[in-house]
This record gives sequence, structure tokens and C-alpha cells, in this order.
Amino acid sequence: MSLPHLLRNPWTAFLGRRTARLLLSLGVVLTASFAMIRLVPGDPVRAALGVDAAPALVAARRHQLGLDAPFLSQYRDYLSGLAHGDLGTSLVTGTPVAELVRTRLPATLEIAGLAFLVTLAVALPCGLLAAVRTRDGRHPRSELAFTALTAGLAGVPDFVLAAGLTAFLAVGLQLFPVAGSAGVESFVLPVLALSLAPTAVLVRIVRVEALKVLSEDYLRTARSKRLSPARRYLLHAAPNMATAALTVAGSLLPALIAGTVLVEKVFAWPGIGSALAQSVVTQDYPVVQAMVLILGTTVLLAGLLVDVLLALLDPRSAIRES
Amino acid sequence: MSLPIRYPRSPMAWAAAAMLASLVVLALAGPLLWGAAADRPDPTAVLQGPSAAHPFGTDSLGRDVLDRVLTATRPSLLLALAAVLLGATGGILLGASTAVVGRRTRRLLAGLINLLLAFPALLVAMFLAVVFGAGAGGAMLALAVSSVPGFARLAQTLAAAVAGTDHLASARVLGLRRHRLLWRHVLPNIAEPLLLSTTTAAGTALVALAGLSFLGLGVQPPGYDWGQLLNQGLDRIYAEPLPALAPGLAVLYAAVAFQLLGEVLAGGVARRSPAPRTPAAPASTSGPAAAGLVLQVEDLTVELPTPDGVIRPVRGVSLSLRPGEIVGLVGESGSGKSLTALAVADLLPDRARISRRTHRLLGADLAAMTPKERERHLATGLAMIFQNPASALNPSLRIATQLTETVRTHRGASRAQALAEASDALRRVALPPAVLRARPHQLSGGQRQRVMIAAGLMVRPRLIIADEPTTALDVTVQRQITRLLSEIRRDTSAAVLFISHDVALVGEFCDRVLVMYAGTIVESLPADRLPTGTRHPYTRALVASVPDLTADRDRPLPTVEGALPEPLAPAPGCPFEPRCPRRRDHCAEEAPPLEDLDAVHRVACWYPVAAEVFAS
Amino acid sequence: MTALRLTDLTVRHHGPRGPVAAVDGVSLEIPPGTTLGLVGESGSGKSSLARAIVGLTPVHGGRVLLDGREVRARTVGDRRRLGRLVQIVLQDPDTALDPRMTVRQTLVEAATVFHRLDRPARAERVGDLLELVGLNPRFADRLPRQLSGGQRQRVAVARALAVEPGLLIADEITSALDVSVQASVLNTIRDLQQRLGLSMLFIGHNLPAVCYVSDAVAVMRHGRIVETAPTEALLRDPRHPYTRTLLASVPSLRTSLPGERPS
Repeated sequence: MSLPHLLRNPWTAFLGRRTARLLLSLGVVLTASFAMIRLVPGDPVRAALGVDAAPALVAARRHQLGLDAPFLSQYRDYLSGLAHGDLGTSLVTGTPVAELVRTRLPATLEIAGLAFLVTLAVALPCGLLAAVRTRDGRHPRSELAFTALTAGLAGVPDFVLAAGLTAFLAVGLQLFPVAGSAGVESFVLPVLALSLAPTAVLVRIVRVEALKVLSEDYLRTARSKRLSPARRYLLHAAPNMATAALTVAGSLLPALIAGTVLVEKVFAWPGIGSALAQSVVTQDYPVVQAMVLILGTTVLLAGLLVDVLLALLDPRSAIRES
Repeated sequence: MSLPIRYPRSPMAWAAAAMLASLVVLALAGPLLWGAAADRPDPTAVLQGPSAAHPFGTDSLGRDVLDRVLTATRPSLLLALAAVLLGATGGILLGASTAVVGRRTRRLLAGLINLLLAFPALLVAMFLAVVFGAGAGGAMLALAVSSVPGFARLAQTLAAAVAGTDHLASARVLGLRRHRLLWRHVLPNIAEPLLLSTTTAAGTALVALAGLSFLGLGVQPPGYDWGQLLNQGLDRIYAEPLPALAPGLAVLYAAVAFQLLGEVLAGGVARRSPAPRTPAAPASTSGPAAAGLVLQVEDLTVELPTPDGVIRPVRGVSLSLRPGEIVGLVGESGSGKSLTALAVADLLPDRARISRRTHRLLGADLAAMTPKERERHLATGLAMIFQNPASALNPSLRIATQLTETVRTHRGASRAQALAEASDALRRVALPPAVLRARPHQLSGGQRQRVMIAAGLMVRPRLIIADEPTTALDVTVQRQITRLLSEIRRDTSAAVLFISHDVALVGEFCDRVLVMYAGTIVESLPADRLPTGTRHPYTRALVASVPDLTADRDRPLPTVEGALPEPLAPAPGCPFEPRCPRRRDHCAEEAPPLEDLDAVHRVACWYPVAAEVFAS
Repeated sequence: MTALRLTDLTVRHHGPRGPVAAVDGVSLEIPPGTTLGLVGESGSGKSSLARAIVGLTPVHGGRVLLDGREVRARTVGDRRRLGRLVQIVLQDPDTALDPRMTVRQTLVEAATVFHRLDRPARAERVGDLLELVGLNPRFADRLPRQLSGGQRQRVAVARALAVEPGLLIADEITSALDVSVQASVLNTIRDLQQRLGLSMLFIGHNLPAVCYVSDAVAVMRHGRIVETAPTEALLRDPRHPYTRTLLASVPSLRTSLPGERPS
């Protein structure tokens, strides 16, 4: 394919635009994480080392962090450090943050990914079923129950649920481990805590989308052909609501990843989130900075992944977007 | 502005109101009643479990946990509300302004909102809380800022819908200034949904604030809110779950209260009176079959429940079609012509109630059949063609699937056989077989309507019901479609029921015309009598009001003054009586029946217009 | 009374595969006090043309001249100068009026854009405007949802006339209305032409309706004007094959086409 041809290809245009957006967002994350340690009120080094730390030690740490260099050269050093995989050093433990990320990132990705899959697996079929049952004003009682239940569940804060699950299922009934990551059963509670509210949100949206599709003219056409309900709902309705439903699901993913911070703290899950929570308490800013950077980047990459998957699933809407 | 609380008496509305009221009372009274006790340490009762004196136990200084949770209602609520109000104001102004600024600024703002939305609000709030410094004020500000993009996006979407309306375009052309467009035309029209989402956002903010405090970024000791209490108690969860969980339960309670409130305001849980659903009319068998009719319907009535009461958009319609006949059903919007078509095809929405004396397709009584037999008989006996071919075809399925599925379902045709038949059907409507592999969006409007007709032809129907099949098409394409239907009628001698609002088109293309007004057929006549031989005053006025290429431009067009009768309160007399220039007393008292004038002409009028007088 | 002249007007839209010329080098002229009808099928670019004249859509090439002076709509000031000369009425009766404003508020807002009016003058102006479009003055305090489609379109016409423009553009204003309602709106338009001496651009896809109110008719296809002629001449002697196709496609009760109705 020639270059002008390639440029006019909708796929190239889509990927080009999407990559540009990603780079711009990454720039924001980088700058924000860099600026953070310079913006925090007071002296971060003294805050971490304690008020009675020896001035010489404080000065040494400041130098080590590069906080005594001119601003722009600090930024340059920060970026070149990142390029070499240097995420800084913990003020508290003195260990490289990159090491911390390497050991902890997989655990976070595991529960976030699992929770997202659970959300999809539950919400998509349940939403469609609810729509079929309550379409056209049928079963008003079911609709009331559905709306009230999902509204309530959507309001359940993940970290409160996490604490509740720990108290009842782990401590009380001793069905699951109380904390940490060891074996399959340790995943159950964190994933449950993370996925409940997003599932409730998504199942509502899927139902609304499905009702919209069910009232489309082409479903009336399908009815006029006297096709079986299974064929009407699964072949004629489901594919047409998939894009809208998955777009919304994709937009829930960032919040779900951010939610790991609180949930990991409750379960002492050895991930990025609990490291961030702990470093906030100890005011270990280099760690906070790196964790914010890593979480922010993860969110952006997850968003990119979702968009590309959606574009593969429904090329027309992706092209329309770009 | 009135809130859209349509059914304020539903149990959920009561629950939400009660929960919210209890929160308000606690926020007001909590610190006064329990504030002192909540701060009183008791070294003798440290870290106790639940007891009569301390229902939720005590904390590490011996302070009563319940007192502390109740007292913390005020800071928790106040901080959340402040954050939401700040964030909503900023976000809504930012988002709504996109509707009134210039193109470039709008793109820039939209890009900015998109960029900010890529980051989850909670993460942004955590980041900002760190930057602003741990504390109640910092956390509140952080939360407010982090909620701006979400509000901005919502306001932007809603405002874009307003910006696309004709009235905003007109306001721009009038030369109104931007601030006036924003305050007068955009914001009032998006206020309601924004208010609703602000309510829900208050719950979210409350949770997020608790989360920040839980992380140690929010309220700092000695102050406390729910999140901070939860944080302090977390370590005890393995030993004493209840004292540890108590603040969490408070957060949960408040969060659910706001969620339910949002839900109630949205009217989403409106308690509907269950739609009056009579069981399918007992299968009383139809009246005697008239010989040689494709379709025979007598005394068809359709009732539809609406929020204001039951209406009867179709009232006592009778129609019959012979093989190879094209019958036009013409009427203006609200005349009930499309519902009549749907009722004939048994495709009315579930909530509609239908009654008829006779309903025979190809002589077989539909009322006497089991549902399964009826479906099969209708599927193979008649085909429907709908108004908008762009939406009547499924966008995600190939044409091949949409053409073949009927015969495969109802005739058990093999795939190869069905595809061969589909190619034939496409040839019949002058489309190449390659169309089979296409999806609807690759076809033009006229091609799509041909595909719809081909899909109908697949079952070799004896009756084709075409509901405004050309209304969405251009006039040159319209001509091709009517010509195609004429040819199909000629070749297959199928009957065609052609529904349209265009009396000129119907008059030109049909054999016989039924004129509908307010749910009844007012005149039935051969199409060639439409120009000069109409007898009902409505038909005559309808025909006269159509501008013609030869119309005299110096004379005003004849019009029908007045409006359709109120569907909820039909008067006893002739439905056209209030607008009729020839009305007399009798017309308001009794509705005229549809009676024969001669062998081919029937009219429902007490005082029909004389045939030879042409009113113009 | 305002004369409109377009020279080589071009408007482009973003299509899925790059820009598409919706209006492709159109030149036309409306002498003062006359009505030009513009007919075309969907997607022919007639609405884009109308919106470009009033500045709702950016112009990519060519000129818009009102009374011989070039106009543009870059700034709010430009737009206000333009608005005094040209007003537009759009297609959709459902969104034609702000749903939260009464007829009176809508008309007063329009009437006071360029003139200050005191209270009695406002009431009088609203009454005059309603009378002009054939509406009963008691409609003044109704909300749009209490009006029928035809009544809303009349109020929209009254709002456009409130600034006393020299040129009125009517973009498919009767397309969404029933025929009997369409007839009375067309009568109102004829009436306004005679009483106010307005110049008018009347856009539609219904050829008989456009011809009924127009002194001359331009036929548009794929963004270009294929034929312009005085209405009688166009009907009697269409030159362009597309015009002939259009004329032949119009269903008519008075002339039945042979072969269409087998007996």
C-alpha cells in the first residue's frame, strides 16, 4: 500500500489519533508525578526522615533525590532516569522503587483484571435477561426490584465491602484467608469487593442499552418474520448492543484499577495499591510518586487496550469516532 | 422548576426520603448530643467489644465507637456536599459553555475534558490530596477538582443535544450574545438531568472522601470522620469485627441513601399501575368466511393504555382484500392507519389490546388457531414492509442471513436452497446476487427497501402490507418502489395493503382507497374517483389541500381548520364534526356508519357531498 | 427587502473518508422582493447552503452578498449585522422553540435583540407578530408543548420576522407537517410575501409545495444547481434531464400516468 493510501486508511487514522492521545496523556502523568514531590507542602525529605534527623543526612538525601538541582535539569534527570528504569529510591527503606514495582505490579493486575472479567461475565447476560423480562413495561415488580437492588449495590463502597467481607467470611466463617495472596481462594474476596459495584452499574446500563435495541425497527422486522425468541434476542439483539455495553464497561476499568488502592489496603494484598497506601502514611514521597506514575500509566494502557478491542469488534464505530 | 418526581409515593421514595432525613438530623444533632461523649477517653474501658454501655465497643482510648460514628456524620456529609457543589459548578460551566463558544475553542475544551477523563477521579483525588497536603480542606478541594471532568463531560453531552436543536440555531441567527445563549437557552434545558447526577455524585463524593480519610489523606486526628474511624479500627477487624465495621456501615448507609434518592428523582422506579392486561381474547371463532378474500377483518378495535388513560386509536375498522388488489389506506398522522396494519399482522406491542369480530387470512380463521399455528400461518401468508429501510434491516447481519432466515425457520429449507431462493428474490427486485454478502450500511436507501421487499417475497406471501414504504425515500426512488410493487402484484397476484399519508401517491398507484380519520374509515372508494368523486367532506378537503404542480398560485390552498379530536375523550358523534363545514345537529349526536353509496363506494357521513359538485 | 447573491459558494463537511463538498460552487441570485424556491433530494446540499448563508456552517469558498455587500459570520458582531438582514426558519417543529419559554417570551426575546421596547410596546409587538402569521393572540402565553406542529412552525416564522429581516430563509419548514397543515402554512407564506414584500429562499423536497410559493425555482443535485428558471417556465419546459425526472416522479391526482395502474 502506498503512503497516501495508508494515511487515508481509517485504521491508520484511528491508531494514529489514539496513539497521539495516549502520548499526550502520558505526558500529563509524567509531568504530574514529577511535579508532585516538588509541590507537596513542607520538606518531603524531612517529613520522611523525621523532624530530628541530622541536617547532614537531610542534605545528603536531598542531593540524592536531585532536589537541589535547577528545576528544568531535575525534570530532564527524572525523564532520563525513567528511561533507564530508575523510578527512584525509597526514603524510608532505601531500596529502589523499581524493584518494588516489579514484585508488586503483577498482583494488582491480577485482581483488577479478574474483577473486570467477572464484571463483564455477570453484567452482560444479566442485563440482557432483565431487559427481556421488563421490556415494553412488562413485569413492573421485577423492574422495581431490579432497579432498587442495583441502585443499592452500585452505592456499596468497595473498601467498606472489603472490610465487611473480611469480618464475616474470613474472620467469622473462616471460609477464606483474611489477608495476603496465597492460593486461589485468596483471590475470591478482593475480586468480589472490587467487582460488585461496577457490576451493578454495568448491569443497569446493559439493560437500558438492550431495551433500546429491543425497541428498534429491525427487531420489529424480526418479529414480523416470526423468528424464535432465542434467535431474536441472541442473533438480532445481542450483537447490536455489544458495542455500547462494552464501551461503558471499558470506561469502568480505570475506576476499578484506582479502587485497588483501598481494597488492597484492607486485604493487605501485596500489590501497587497497598504500597501506595502505606507510603502515603509514611510520607515516603518517591514511592508515592512512582506508584501514581505506574497506576496512571496502567490506566492509560488499559484504556488503549479497550479501545483497540472495541475497534476490532465494531470497526464502523471506531472509524466514526476518528 | 419542577422535579420529575412522577410517583412520589413508591416505597423506594419513602425509604430514600427517610434515610436522607435521618442523615440530616444526625448531621445537625449528632455533635450536640454525642460530641462530648465521643471525645471522652476512658482508660478503664480500652478496646472493648460490644456491651450494654458501649453497643459498638470502644476504641484504643476507651472512647465510645457509636458516639464517635454518630458525631462524625456532620463532617462526613458537609465535606462531601462542599466538594460536590464546587466540582459540579466548575464542571457544568465548563461543559455547558462548549455549546455556545466558537468551533476552535469547543474542540480545545472537548480535548481537555477527554484528556482529564482518562484518569479515574479517585486516583486524581489521591494525587491532589497528597499535593494539597493531608487534611480535611485539602481532601475536599482535591475531590472537587477531581470531579470536574466528569461533570464537564455530562454537561457537554447534554448541552450538545441542546446545541443541535433548531431553536438554538435560530437563537444564534437572531444574534443573541453567548452569555444569554448559555444562561437562557442551554442551562435551563439541561438543569434537570444535571441535578439528578449531582445527587448521585454526592454519594460518590462521600465514599471517596471516606476513602481518602481511610488512606490517611483526609481528616487528620484529633478530628475524625467515618473514613478515618474505619482506618483506626481496621487493625481490630480480626478480633472485634463490629467496632471496626461500624463506621463502614455508616458510609454504606449514606452512600445507599444518595443512590436511592437519585434513583427516585430520576423516576426510574416509578411505581406503575400494572398495565391492564386482559388475557388474549377468548378464541371466539370469526364470522363466516367470504369467498375469495385474501384478508378479511371486521370491526377491528385497538386500545392502548397511556399514562393518562386508555385510548382507542383504531375503532371498528373493517377491511378486506381480494387477490391481486392494491388497496391504499390513507390518513394523516394520528389517524390510526399504522396501528391498523400492525393489528392485521398481529404485531402490536404487548400492552395493546385488540378486539375484532373477524380476522381471516387466506380464509383461515386466526382466532381459532393455536398461537403456534397462527405464527406459522402469518409468517408464510403475509409479508410486512416497514417505513424506514435504514432501521428496519439489522445493521450487524449480512443480507443473506436476513433474507434466508424466514424460509429456513418456517419451511425448513436447506441453506443452499434458501440461498438460491434469495438470489432469485433479489433478481426479482432488480438487485445483483452480490448484495447477499453485503451489510445494510453498504446499500443506498432505495436498495435497502428493495432488500426488504425481497425478504418479504421469500415466503411467497399472498398479502403484502407496506407501511409507508416510500416516506423515507426520495421522490425519484419512491416511483421505482411503487412500480416494483405493481409488478410484483401483476406477477404473483399477491394483494397489497399500501399505507400512506400521501393521498396523491395512493390515488395514482392503488386500485381502491380507504380513507382513515381519527381511528375510523370514513370513506372507501375506487382510486380514480379521488380527484372529483369524493363524497366525505374530510376526503374532499384532504384532496383539495394537496398542492399540485398546476395549482393556481394566486388562490389560497383549501385547508382543514381545527385539530384532531382529543383521543382521551372521544365525543359520541362523528369524529370530523367539529371541523366539518357541513355539520348539522345530528352529526354531534351519533357517529355515521360506513354505508354503501353504490357497489364500489362507501362513505361514513350523514350528509355526503354531492358527487358532481367539485369544491374548489 | 434584501437582494441575495451567492457566487461560487462552497461548503465542505467531514465525511468518513475526508472532506466532502456538500455545496459545490453554487451561484444564484434572489432579486429584492422575490421568492426563489430551492428543490433537491436528501443529501443534495440545500440545507447546508441555507445554513452557510446565515453563518451556522462555515463557508469554504465563494462569497455571500447581501444588497451587494459581502457578509461574513466570524464574530458575534458580524453575526448580529447579518441577523438584522437574514433570518432562517428550520425544519423540525419539535425543537423549533425553546421548550421552557412561552410564545410571548420567545417573541419578545427576538423583538428586543436590536430594539429596546417598553412593556406596552412589547405586548403590541407580540400581538402584531402573531396576527401576521395567522395565530390567535391568546396563544401568546402557551408553551411549545401546548401547540401543534403547524402552530409551532408559525411561531418560528413570527420569531424570524420579529427582527424585520429583508430576507427570510425557510428550510423545509413544512416537511414534518401533515398535508392539510402544510397547506395553511403555505398560505401564510404567500400572505407574508404579499404583505411585507419580503425576499425569500424557500427550500424543500416537495416540488409542488415549493413551486406554489416561488417566483423562480432552482434545482439542486449533488451540491450543484442544475437548473434555475422562473416557476412557470420550469414547469412548462424543463431543460435539465434531472429536472424532468423530478417532475415526472411527482405523484398527482389530476394526471394519471399510463401504465402505472393496470386495470
